Amino acid sequence: MLRLPKFEVRTPESLDAALALLAEFGPDARVIAGGTDLVPNMKHELVTPRIVVSLARIPELRGVGDAGAGWLRLGAMTSLADVAADARVRAQAPALAQAAGLVAGPQLRTMGTLGGNVLLDTRCQWYNQTYFWREALGFCLKKDGTLCHVVEGGSKCVAAASNDTAPALMTLRAELVFVGPQGRRVTPIDDLWLADGAANKKCASDELLVEVRLPPTGPGHRGAYGKLRERASIDFPLLGVATRIELDARGTITDADVVLTALQARPVRVKRAAELLLGVRAEGDAFLAAARAVADQAHRQAHPMPNIPGDAEWRRAMVPVYVRRTLEAAARGAGPVHAV
Amino acid sequence: MRVLHLLINGDRVTVAAPEHWTLLEVLRYELGLTGSKQGCDKGDCGACTVLVDGKPVLACLTLAALCEERAVTTIEGLLPAHVKSGGSGPDPVQAAFDECGALQCGFCQPGMMLSARALLDRNACPTRTEIQDALAGNLCRCTGYTQIVEAVELAVAKHCGVAPRRPGSARPRGRSRPPPRRA
Repeated sequence: MLRLPKFEVRTPESLDAALALLAEFGPDARVIAGGTDLVPNMKHELVTPRIVVSLARIPELRGVGDAGAGWLRLGAMTSLADVAADARVRAQAPALAQAAGLVAGPQLRTMGTLGGNVLLDTRCQWYNQTYFWREALGFCLKKDGTLCHVVEGGSKCVAAASNDTAPALMTLRAELVFVGPQGRRVTPIDDLWLADGAANKKCASDELLVEVRLPPTGPGHRGAYGKLRERASIDFPLLGVATRIELDARGTITDADVVLTALQARPVRVKRAAELLLGVRAEGDAFLAAARAVADQAHRQAHPMPNIPGDAEWRRAMVPVYVRRTLEAAARGAGPVHAV
Repeated sequence: MRVLHLLINGDRVTVAAPEHWTLLEVLRYELGLTGSKQGCDKGDCGACTVLVDGKPVLACLTLAALCEERAVTTIEGLLPAHVKSGGSGPDPVQAAFDECGALQCGFCQPGMMLSARALLDRNACPTRTEIQDALAGNLCRCTGYTQIVEAVELAVAKHCGVAPRRPGSARPRGRSRPPPRRA
């Protein structure tokens, strides 16, 4: 039985009231959206806030809508199940719909939110454990200790970014809208990340992620998401691959992007993906050769740590396989790639 | 402590509970509704699945203080709801689980049946794949899932008025069995 440490629950009914609570209590307050990341972490005493601020009663944070000029706005409190099922998201951003639909299992997708998945805490086998367990090993670099159990003598935390939607949003060039004491801040999702597992996001504790904005895509847009995990039903990714291909009217690739997750503390973009695929028709042997070249590049860049389930060498060996398959799925307008 | 005004299985309930308790703790330790099981207690196993506003969620990760003004259905509420809506006896999903022997230890069963009920409420005639997807967040360590999928298919077949598949036909997809060893 895992009991929660004591805290008080607040349920503000407006954004201003929520921000006022965050300003008042500072680091003693934590925001709860779906609770599927925060509640287990509180049970493990990884975070022990005095005040838990729920965003459930702020209706404007929920739902998918038109943001003008072809942009789509997704409220941060929109559930992952709703993102996965939304017809506009599926049409405009298939990789995001697929990624949201592969997060954990049905109950967790019903509870979990898009904003919560973007801001998901990093994960490590030495970190996501009970206080008793962690104490027995003298704690770790990320929480309460000074020693890394993954990298001998390591001084930088290597806990893995494990959010499925993040790489998909990066390929889509999504923007995040934060609201804080200084007002609204719009930032490309690429600029959110830090390569530090202890805190891998540039986001202040007194600001709220309120909205994810997706730029318009044309009829030549293709996207897919591939996810490696041990059980098809409930697990975090051992590897996540998001791909985007843009085709012209003749089916020739004009732009491409591939982003990997669950390999290190932040999602990683595969270098030269667009260059390797540019000008290739998205079918046949030439495409397969180009997809293999991108897969080889991804393999060279991938250095998974032995800190989440699954053998690290196996996870690395799966990187080119999943990159190639996910590119092929995107080209066919198919996906997700998810063979367990 | 906090006084919570909850709506559990159609009944308005006022209960005082520690503010940091989960819905599962309030159900089990304040209201005596022990049908919702405490398994992993961290969102992996699905044994604590309940319906909130008709959707399956994990009671072990849901704060009770955030459930006010929302309709909670636990396994204890399935039969009364079925009777109230004009049926007799247990919910068809419960009857089908009984008929198919879709349990061994029974620990996963309340969550399984609630996930199945939520599926049938939004899709009265799901395919086998849809059933498997809807039950993916409920782990069973005994049965191998065969009879569980068959039970949901039986409930679907009865509802849709078609013959159920033959028993044993709902084996999990994937690898076939190894060939029998020759002597």
